[in-house]
Amino acid sequence: MVWLDLYHYWVFAILLMIGYFSVIAKRNLVKKLIGLSLFQSAVFLLYITMGKVDGGTAPIIGMTDKTDIFSNPLPQVLILTAIVVGISTTALGLSIVVRIKEAYGSIEEDVIHQKDQVE
Amino acid sequence: MNMIDHLPALQVIVPLISAPFCILMRNHMLAWAVAVVASGAAFSLAILSMGFVSDGATLTYAMGGWEAPYGIALEIDAFSALLTVIISGASLLALLAGAASARQQLVDEKQPLFFSAWLLALAGLLGITITADAFNIFVFMEISSLASYVIIAAGPHRKALGAVFKYLVMGTIGATFYLIGVGLIYMMTGTLNLEDIALRLNDVSDQRPIFVAAGFITIGLALKAAVFPLHVWMPNAYNYAPHIVSAFIAACATKVSLYVMMRFDFMVFQPNLVGHEFQFSYFFMPLALIAILSGAVVAALSRDLKRLLAWSSVSQIGYIVLGASLTTEAGLTSAIAHMFNHALAKGGGFLIAMGAALYYTTTRFSNLAGLGKEHPWIAAAFVVIGCSLIGVPGTAGFISKWLLVSAALEQGALGVLIISVVVLSSLLAVVYVWKVVELFYFAPRPEGGSSDVMQVRKPEMLLYMLVLGLVAGANIWFGIMPGEPLALAGQAAQALLGGSL
Amino acid sequence: MEPWIPFQYIPLIPLVGVVAILLGARVNDNVREAATLITALMTALAVWGFAPAVMEGQRFSVTLLDEVLPGIPLALQLEPLGAMFAILAGSLWVVNSVYSIGYMRGNKEKNQTRFYVFFAVSIAAALGIAFAGNAFTLFLFYECLTLSTYPLVSHKGDEKTIKSARIYLGVLISTSICLFLPAVIWVHSVSDGAFAAGGILSGVLSGPEVGLLLGLFVFGIGKAAVMPVHRWLPAAMVAPTPVSALLHAVAVVKAGVFSITKVVIYLFGVDFLFAQSTVGWMLYIAAFTIIVSSLVAIQQTNLKRMLAYSTIGQLSYVVLAVSVLTPLAEVGATLHMVAHAFGKITLFFAAGAIYVAAKKTELYQLAGIGRRMPWTAAAFTIGAISMIGVPPTGGFVSKWYILAGAFQSDNFVAIATLIVSTGLTATYFLPVVYSMWFGKEIEGPVANHGEAPMAMVIALTTTAALTLLFFFLHGPVKVMEQQVLLGAL
Repeated sequence: MVWLDLYHYWVFAILLMIGYFSVIAKRNLVKKLIGLSLFQSAVFLLYITMGKVDGGTAPIIGMTDKTDIFSNPLPQVLILTAIVVGISTTALGLSIVVRIKEAYGSIEEDVIHQKDQVE
Repeated sequence: MNMIDHLPALQVIVPLISAPFCILMRNHMLAWAVAVVASGAAFSLAILSMGFVSDGATLTYAMGGWEAPYGIALEIDAFSALLTVIISGASLLALLAGAASARQQLVDEKQPLFFSAWLLALAGLLGITITADAFNIFVFMEISSLASYVIIAAGPHRKALGAVFKYLVMGTIGATFYLIGVGLIYMMTGTLNLEDIALRLNDVSDQRPIFVAAGFITIGLALKAAVFPLHVWMPNAYNYAPHIVSAFIAACATKVSLYVMMRFDFMVFQPNLVGHEFQFSYFFMPLALIAILSGAVVAALSRDLKRLLAWSSVSQIGYIVLGASLTTEAGLTSAIAHMFNHALAKGGGFLIAMGAALYYTTTRFSNLAGLGKEHPWIAAAFVVIGCSLIGVPGTAGFISKWLLVSAALEQGALGVLIISVVVLSSLLAVVYVWKVVELFYFAPRPEGGSSDVMQVRKPEMLLYMLVLGLVAGANIWFGIMPGEPLALAGQAAQALLGGSL
Repeated sequence: MEPWIPFQYIPLIPLVGVVAILLGARVNDNVREAATLITALMTALAVWGFAPAVMEGQRFSVTLLDEVLPGIPLALQLEPLGAMFAILAGSLWVVNSVYSIGYMRGNKEKNQTRFYVFFAVSIAAALGIAFAGNAFTLFLFYECLTLSTYPLVSHKGDEKTIKSARIYLGVLISTSICLFLPAVIWVHSVSDGAFAAGGILSGVLSGPEVGLLLGLFVFGIGKAAVMPVHRWLPAAMVAPTPVSALLHAVAVVKAGVFSITKVVIYLFGVDFLFAQSTVGWMLYIAAFTIIVSSLVAIQQTNLKRMLAYSTIGQLSYVVLAVSVLTPLAEVGATLHMVAHAFGKITLFFAAGAIYVAAKKTELYQLAGIGRRMPWTAAAFTIGAISMIGVPPTGGFVSKWYILAGAFQSDNFVAIATLIVSTGLTATYFLPVVYSMWFGKEIEGPVANHGEAPMAMVIALTTTAALTLLFFFLHGPVKVMEQQVLLGAL
């Protein structure tokens, strides 16, 4: 099955869509953030899997005796940065949710919207 | 190596290093002073580098001595130089003018933190414009975004929190889309340097992943740039941010995303992808036209000065996108020139809102009525800046409108449609600007006035008026002598279409 | 007279005057008014200084900024047409300043400093229009004039005034942005846009394009008040009368017809237009405007509104004369610009004098006022006769030339329009004049009033005298116009 050969792309796409769906559909702010995290994690997977070369090994100098096929290390390095960014975004998002809870007494979008309308 | 060679790196490093210093300053005045000095330094560096690139040269810098395409390269050409001037200038002027406003809206103890986040946002925005590395752009984009979420959330009204949350979610989705696109490109080319990508895309035989990447990158950046209909986060974020932040962010943040978008689409994709030019044009032109009209209509209906200005931004960003979507040199020149001119006008507009709020606490129309009688200079500055938003001749806004219409004339029948939309939206701009002018000059002051007016210190006020006068004057100056920014815009447009960095 | 200042600095004189007026206002009202008068005098002298040289055929031009936009300079030039417009605006400003002082004081208006300041700015913009050296510069100053007159129109600041001012600004800005600006950009995209004798568009444009571009200009220059873009002029009547007098009888509206004349002569070229088949509609539009505005004027009950509609009609005389496209008619167009300026400013002066002295604004109230205000009523009569075109007034001279021009090309539409409209003008002016002198006086808001303040009477007598004098001394204007046509035809 040619469609399943690159199964990791399917994992990426499905995970991405699950995350995206929860960001849009969930009315609870924390659930939205969880969705956002999933969304970003999907991209991490895309990067990490793309660096893998069939039969390749970790590119460490001095281990060349067994094989000369290496996996590409750069995407992993890149995604380390992206993971840090993801963590910061989630942390900042959560802290804003805390502030929203303090200000509105709720983290449900409908309730917040209602309270804004009342003003 | 002397200092000049390090100029591109210093441009980012100065505000980045100054940010922690801000926190160390326990006193809010000192923190403000550090922020001003750092922005001022960044601004002088930007002016300096503009001098170097104004004859068409580029400044390049290899980070850590690793040459491109292996290392991360920084490059300043005409386009990025113009953007760095806009960004650092907006930051400097907003800070100078906003000392009193910051005191009014922020708790004193929080101010060092606030200004350090401000400098991080500044460093991020500057970083985006000078780096030549696709992934590095993402990193700087996130630095600037995270920092701007923080400073926008500092707004005193609780609605600021909801606005920031929305901004955060949409901004992150946009950045992640961009990341996906870069990943796909890396997969096909194995490089992240923009110039190198453009080169190697030539040899890619299977173009489908590249098309997908182009889609992801364009949409992701359009989201961050608040291109219609992805603008929903923007009006509230601008509206509820502290006034000092609105003046800074509204002048430059979305333009930086547009900058990256134009870089990618014109330098990387168009020379290599068959039919990309038309897709770009057909995709963005209708959106830009709708944005121009709908933004202006909502602005004309709003009853709050900051809200009005925010929606006018939706319309004005439409002008920039419209110019770019013509995909001609004239069109791009008008788009890039409008980035500069709109930064002047919109930054100035939010400065007016800031000053008005100093005296009347909010920017709601009911509060601002009759402002012209008590503060004639602020009202007069608004007339000048409003004229620039409309595009009255003799102001900066007119120059970009003229360029846009001239560029549209080259398009034949389609041009007539474009011109009629531009003309119609100018009329709407007259409506929303004049609504405020009449309000300032003819409406009677509301009874009693506002009670909790803050004490404004003399030097702060003097500084504010100076900056406001400078910005209003600049709107006229660059309407009569637009030479320098126009030359840079022309060069940038040429470089974009030339297909090389 | 000798030129004593380079002509490109003349528009700066009123701007320097602004500073003087602002400083003077700090001392007291008399100093401020003196500053206004001196500025007006200096401006008039400066423009008069160029009259002999221009009449001898000298031309002056200067580029202020090389490149405002790529390839487009900010350029000024002094040619006969512009010089005449500048002389007209500059000289009448002096008379008008005298009048303003009487009016503003007699009426105890508020914000007088603001009034004088923006008046001076408007004059500076009008001079800029007069000296414009290319289409872009013309447009720049045209918009400046629109904006700087807005504070004058909305001077009173009450709700009705603001509404009218909104119409004023709305119509003028929207026509200029929608039509004038695209036309200017179009011209600059196909040529260098510089005004030159004989026109520059011949051979560049052809067929329907010419008609379209001309249409953009004629309707885009809303200040010429060609129907249907005339609505702003009656709306502008809410302004204080000196504004209506100088700006809405002379500077602003003349800037409109002047711009159209300049565009026709220096951009299109009379010969070029004459050969076109797609420009004939301009004549019909002008004729339509003349007839309809006269009909509307007959129905008016308010003096200033009647004068406004009369102005609309008289402006279209100029447009009509221009579109006849024969040499004599072009001379007539220029003469009419001047003659109508003298006549209409007199009429407005009279209207303002009546308002200040008697607080009367409606036509029926004017009955018998001639006995209390003989000078004013006499001036009004002279103005009215000039509007109708009866000798010995300036209005007769210009009508004569326009008619002669129409006969040159057997243009019977124009001839018929002129004859019919003369009748209509008489219909709405003569009853007013008759009732002023012979009607039975009606009790007004002010019981036992006499003449208006001295300053106003001096001003309106002067302009009435000019109206009469112009009948005999219109030679120089003719010479100047022929200078224009020498190049053009």
